[in-house]
Amino acid sequence: MENFTPISSILGGMLIGISIAILLFFNGRMAGISSIMNGLLNSPKNEMFWRLTFLIGLILGAFIFQALTEKTITPSHPHSLWLMSIGGFLVGIGTRLGSGCTSGHGICGIANLSKRSIYATLTFMSAGVITVYFIKHIQGLA
Amino acid sequence: MPSLISLLSGIIFGLGLSLSQMTNPNKVINFLDITGNWDPSLAFVMLGALSVTFISFKQILKRPKPFLIDDFHVSKRSSIDKALIGGAIIFGIGWGISGYCPGPAVASIGFGSVEAFVMVLSIYAGFLFQKWGHRKLSRVE
Repeated sequence: MENFTPISSILGGMLIGISIAILLFFNGRMAGISSIMNGLLNSPKNEMFWRLTFLIGLILGAFIFQALTEKTITPSHPHSLWLMSIGGFLVGIGTRLGSGCTSGHGICGIANLSKRSIYATLTFMSAGVITVYFIKHIQGLA
Repeated sequence: MPSLISLLSGIIFGLGLSLSQMTNPNKVINFLDITGNWDPSLAFVMLGALSVTFISFKQILKRPKPFLIDDFHVSKRSSIDKALIGGAIIFGIGWGISGYCPGPAVASIGFGSVEAFVMVLSIYAGFLFQKWGHRKLSRVE
């Protein structure tokens, strides 16, 4: 557990919570990222712009963090880009079929005590654990 | 105005993801790797976020309407169906393979990460595939 970072994790999590609360208080929207992303494909025009600015903000936030801390954060590649794009493809299918991702079900839905979100979160966490177990310990891919 | 708020909300979200290092796919994979070198950080990110949303949602949703627009857009669905569970399984597999869920994938574009850009494109490919499959299936029925 030498990489465990409890303090920055709690603080970062609280920032995420504040961001979600702001969006709900002012705009009446749940910050489920997969839903906001998907909305760019099929929303009416007047529903398009806030989604776009949210996603731009998300990119800007990471950019600002990197500029402020002067750390070069180059995410390390767990796998080849091919395997990553298969992962991304499954993330896209799964979050639409299951109507949400870590933010929508895991944070917004659970805070709202939605039974659907609690089931979904337990399911995708378990599927993730089993997948990593197979890749790391059985296949020896990583 | 709502677009400015969502820009601000997005920036804070991106700062939170970066500070908590959820933008690092290896850290996410180490959270899921419970039999290996387990890193519980992701659970603490969720706890931090839930501590804020759990309390604030109750207060916010008591109000007759949001500050800037007329209605709250909150899902009231409650059925646990095959699509929900099947979708969550597929998402979990993709998450375990890549170490990215949608938020960190988008945010990491801000680090200039090619990998994140590829992730976002493939997530969109998944969206389109699901939409196409859904349309085909509903035509058969």
